Amino acid sequence: MSNTELLVKELVKQHGKTRNSLMAVLQGVVQEERFLSEDAMIAVARELDLAAADVYGTASFYTFLDTVPRGKNIIRVCKTITCHMKGKDEVLLALENMLKIKVGETTHDKRFTLLTANCLGWCHKGPVMLVNDEIYPELTPQKAIEIIEEYAKHH
Amino acid sequence: MDKPIKKVDIIFEIGDDYNALDVLDKALARPADDIVLDLIDSGLKGRGGAGFLTGLKWKFTKNEDSDIKYVICNADEGEPGTFKDREILDRVPEKVFVGMAICGYVIGAREGYIYLRGEYNFLVKNLLNKLETFNKQLKERNLDFVIGIRSGSGAYVCGEESALFESMEGHRGEPRNKPPYPTVAGYNKKPTVINNVETLVYVAMITRLGVNRFKELGTKDSRGSKVFSVSGDTPIPGIYELELGMPLSQFVDEFADGDAKAVQVGGASGSCVPRKKFGDTIIGFEGIPTGGSMMIFNSSRSMYNVLHDYLEFFTEESCGQCTPCRVGCQQLLKGIEAVKRGEKPPAYLDELKKLTATMRIAAKCGLGQSVGNPFNSIIDNFREEIIY
Ligand code: SF4
Ligand code: FES
Repeated sequence: MSNTELLVKELVKQHGKTRNSLMAVLQGVVQEERFLSEDAMIAVARELDLAAADVYGTASFYTFLDTVPRGKNIIRVCKTITCHMKGKDEVLLALENMLKIKVGETTHDKRFTLLTANCLGWCHKGPVMLVNDEIYPELTPQKAIEIIEEYAKHH
Repeated sequence: MDKPIKKVDIIFEIGDDYNALDVLDKALARPADDIVLDLIDSGLKGRGGAGFLTGLKWKFTKNEDSDIKYVICNADEGEPGTFKDREILDRVPEKVFVGMAICGYVIGAREGYIYLRGEYNFLVKNLLNKLETFNKQLKERNLDFVIGIRSGSGAYVCGEESALFESMEGHRGEPRNKPPYPTVAGYNKKPTVINNVETLVYVAMITRLGVNRFKELGTKDSRGSKVFSVSGDTPIPGIYELELGMPLSQFVDEFADGDAKAVQVGGASGSCVPRKKFGDTIIGFEGIPTGGSMMIFNSSRSMYNVLHDYLEFFTEESCGQCTPCRVGCQQLLKGIEAVKRGEKPPAYLDELKKLTATMRIAAKCGLGQSVGNPFNSIIDNFREEIIY
């Protein structure tokens, strides 16, 4: 059995074998593997007795349930109004230059994916970014780069 | 009419003698019916924006005949400009739990869930820790009620209550037809009370302080205080608890930078009020009701960009289930871009306003229905900025 299948089995054991646990199981896979591979979705479908298309249909609805490969660390910069007003464009540009990728892309070494997000709920401290589950408010381009440099060293 | 702005500190106040569990015990010592009557009497309306009387919602659910019922705390705030619930869950989570437990006791539910937006996952660890203790304390009190957490996965529409249930049930978060309402068929098609985070805290606070203390605040139509999240062009962005019923002009005096030309009241789906109307706009159900988001724009801002950002947001977050919203949002966005580029005449904006009227009637949920609020208010008040 592949690691993915084992992971899915474990998650299903933890959350229960009903449709109600689908989200939690998918979130668990993403937590571990950063995205939902075809194999993972098929395994989930088998374990929960659903059609694979149904699992894909559900997953694809949610921004955080990625169905394409992502880097080890996912950076999401808020692009909505107040962060926009406070300079998210400069932050994005700085990160793009540093990582040498465009928004939506993953670095060659698969360490970082750069994405934008719709309002992260820190509008009074924009611009902000979420790195995996960690929030970084009141960014400047310089600050954003330093934070990602730390990740490059340690994660 | 000119009530001075009044800052209150009910939600975040933590007195020396404060103990969340005392509040719970106070509630548990009373008959459930009395609590419902008190809540109705207090005039507390849902703090998520829609403003339904909380006590009535509880009463309806209580009266449903079902052995399984649920209490859901809606912590899926995702409206640009809104961040109050995060602050509440971070600083006073026990008050939210107590509100949920009181609800469970009143309606006879055995399970409660906090549906937390995925963007707030960093809160989960702390919440789970606190819940472990709290659930134990409920058990000690022989209250057959347990609170759990469910995480969202980055979909704004899941803040709509029926979409939230769909998501909890493992489906795409697409809003359902109404009726039936959640009080009859909510999570797992069982009677469910779903309340905003802030609403549940106010239930706890009304229990603690008494109905009268709450009724002293606000106006006849808008009782009490509420938490506002202030952002944009302000020297003091942040979270403030204010009495309802203030004129917008006083809000602006207090929070803006002296150069405010517009305030977006009620988040991206709310209305944009221009400077000349600050004086006669009341913040509350008699004027502009709001979930609490206030975004301030000064004269350096282009209102075209503001509207463009909002429309992009809605276009991306529309669940796509119904055509008026899915296609409507896209057309509104393309429409203002076309007018800006001069490809369409200014009069085209009026066609687009008609489209929002259709969306208001034909869209299935609040998302599509309310896009006309920012659209029309910005087009009407800042037409030149959209055209040139
Ligand atoms: S109005 Fe928009 S968000 Fe609501 S159900 Fe229709 S398509 Fe989905
Ligand atoms: S607009 Fe960026 S966090 Fe809300």
